[in-house]
Amino acid sequence: MTAQPLIITDKVFRLKGGIHPDERKTLSNSTPIIAVPMPPLLILPMAMHMGAPADPVVSVGATVCKGDVLAIAVGGISATIHAPTSGRVCAIEDRIIAHESGLSSPCILIEADGEDHWRERHGLADWRSHPTDDLIQRLHDCGVVGQGGAGFPTDVKYRNRHRPITTLLINAAECEPYITADDRLMRERSDEILAGAIIAKHILGANTLRLGIEDNKPQALAEMRAAAERLSVDMRISVVASRYPSGGERQLIQMTTGQEVPQGGLPTDLGIVCQNVGTLASIYRAIVLDEPVISRITTVTGEAVDAPGNYEVPIGTPMETLLNQAGVHLKKADRVIMGGPMMGFAVPDITSPVVKTTNCLLVPTRKELPRPMPDNPCIRCGLCEQACPVDLLPQQLFWAAKHRNLEAAELHSINDCIECGACAYVCPSRIPLVQYYRYAKGELRNEKEETIKAERARTRFEARQARLEKEQLEKEVRRKARTKAAAEARAQKAANGGSQPDQQDDAIRAAMARAQAKKADKAKSAIELSIDDLEKALELAATKVKKANERLVIAQQESPDMVPALSKAVTKLEEKHQQARITRDEATRATTETRPDRGTDA
Amino acid sequence: MWIAIVTLLILAAIFGGLLGFASVRFRPEGNPIVDNIDEILPQTQCGQCGYPGCRPYAEAIAGGDKINKCPPGGEATIQALADLLDVEPEPLDAEHGEEKTRTVAVIREDECIGCTKCIQACPVDAILGAAKQMHTVIESECTGCDLCVEPCPVDCIDMVPVEMTMRSWHWDKPAPGVNLIATDRPRGLEQKGERAA
Repeated sequence: MTAQPLIITDKVFRLKGGIHPDERKTLSNSTPIIAVPMPPLLILPMAMHMGAPADPVVSVGATVCKGDVLAIAVGGISATIHAPTSGRVCAIEDRIIAHESGLSSPCILIEADGEDHWRERHGLADWRSHPTDDLIQRLHDCGVVGQGGAGFPTDVKYRNRHRPITTLLINAAECEPYITADDRLMRERSDEILAGAIIAKHILGANTLRLGIEDNKPQALAEMRAAAERLSVDMRISVVASRYPSGGERQLIQMTTGQEVPQGGLPTDLGIVCQNVGTLASIYRAIVLDEPVISRITTVTGEAVDAPGNYEVPIGTPMETLLNQAGVHLKKADRVIMGGPMMGFAVPDITSPVVKTTNCLLVPTRKELPRPMPDNPCIRCGLCEQACPVDLLPQQLFWAAKHRNLEAAELHSINDCIECGACAYVCPSRIPLVQYYRYAKGELRNEKEETIKAERARTRFEARQARLEKEQLEKEVRRKARTKAAAEARAQKAANGGSQPDQQDDAIRAAMARAQAKKADKAKSAIELSIDDLEKALELAATKVKKANERLVIAQQESPDMVPALSKAVTKLEEKHQQARITRDEATRATTETRPDRGTDA
Repeated sequence: MWIAIVTLLILAAIFGGLLGFASVRFRPEGNPIVDNIDEILPQTQCGQCGYPGCRPYAEAIAGGDKINKCPPGGEATIQALADLLDVEPEPLDAEHGEEKTRTVAVIREDECIGCTKCIQACPVDAILGAAKQMHTVIESECTGCDLCVEPCPVDCIDMVPVEMTMRSWHWDKPAPGVNLIATDRPRGLEQKGERAA
């Protein structure tokens, strides 16, 4: 680092398309950031970032400190969630969260104890001496996600770089009307942002730090420049003309570097990583202060708000609390929009909490953002095509989506649409174009999933079919082998003419002879045994049968699994008993008759 | 003139030989149209069409059977088949069942007696278990074909509709005539009322 930092203002490049909506930023950017008092109950959704929902690691009733881990990231893309204050976990249940669908999702509810005491923190003031992997792990542990809107986990962004990174681009454009959260953050905490940027640059191994900012934020720009001088950081600045959507990652890269991110590619393909100012401040706090992401700056604005401005809100604060703090007249407004007027969505329930990606709550009056009027047919004017910042053909996409012609939509690269809403904004027929694209994208995604599933089902079905066939074939082969062996044996017998007994016959005969001899022996011994002994044996057998029957009855009542085995045993014992009786009867007869002739009739 | 005839004959013989060789050497295995049809079918392997699986039905269609016998695929499949085969799409044959929402089989596990009958019935091996052991359905592999419900001697298998999750949810198509900004959710009803009034 030099004593005199090199701060250069670069020329900017042109972006095709875009619109100039009424900015209305002055509504909220003149007052300093106000901290919202800790609400008594915090609701922390497990799915407040992009990727898999986090997995709770606390149980109901547990006491937590401020900054304790509540839920850990699972799978490749996910983020850890922390307690925004100290208190007690009072429930883990499904709550409606701020999502377009209005569906509920698992949340951890925390009852604040009012003490707000921190867990033990281990800030890495000397982060330069730590390996970058440790720093990335720290970002993971602190649940840092992109705060621009998508909520992509930052550690994943830093891990997935398949190319050397040359540039860290600070996204300070904040192009969406009304929103001033980044503007105020830069004015008040520029040192934190730049300190975060230095850390991020170090982790990425980038050699250039670039600031992309719109020309409607001169104070923020001055602050950032001053901070760069204070911290003596070399920085290149690109001041882009205010035009929506210059704050889109790909759009800003195009405007500041002149390079276009390839279709289906990532900014890392160009050696660039783009990071929102809010995220950079979180990175600083996570690494140097060991503070996880437990609060954020949210703009509350709109004409139905008494005190529009920026608020530092603990994550998990119900929107209602924040709106009350800002003095919102819900009677004047008919909806609360999360995000800006271009890309935001009407919040289904204002009891849902502020999450890591809530950059703005817009409460417009009915007059300010009127309810849409019915749309007219497309007149093919082509204005949408001129407004599209990603060079798509919105009209073609509209026809495809309207008729659910997903193939055509894909052909016209619907997945490259950034849903900025510029086309719908300029449409003279007021066609809700973005709505159509979102629908088509959803259908396309579902169809893709179905196809994959069908493919898997087909493979499994075919594998099963093959297995059954193989089993059948094996059975057939075995059967044939047996038939063949039998046929051969018969043929051999026939060849021998049946006169000469072969080996097999010999063996059978020998066995029969042995059996006969055994029977004769038995009969003889039976005679030799005294009738008394036989009587005893018979009695013994009878008792055994009786006992076995008793056991069977007990088993039937207590342990049904044993019944089949026991009943088998009983049958066997009964057979033995029968045998003993026969033997005895024979013996009795033998003593009375002159000569028993046992064995020959066997 | 003779030279011309001989030349043509020789050429004919050479190309005839080439074509003959190619037809033997590059003969496609199986009927490619069957594969194309099979790709369109939903692969539930439910047998509602009257054939023991999707591929047999694909073979039957290739052999001239009707294309409207697949209830799980519904109208979308019929349309896709009609496009592929260049025939007129027909409405779904009610004889083979109706188009229903997607379901998965769920075994009420404490009632299962471990008879393995459902395992034998499952066309995609999506049921796990062994004789006298509890069985369970691998939900991600279940095609919702229904075939395991019938053989169960204790009726412990339910067909449960697949729940909408945040991951599977997506925006509906905008209702025609009723407009909204791209970001509006509670749409339609209120506005219709306003206009009627």
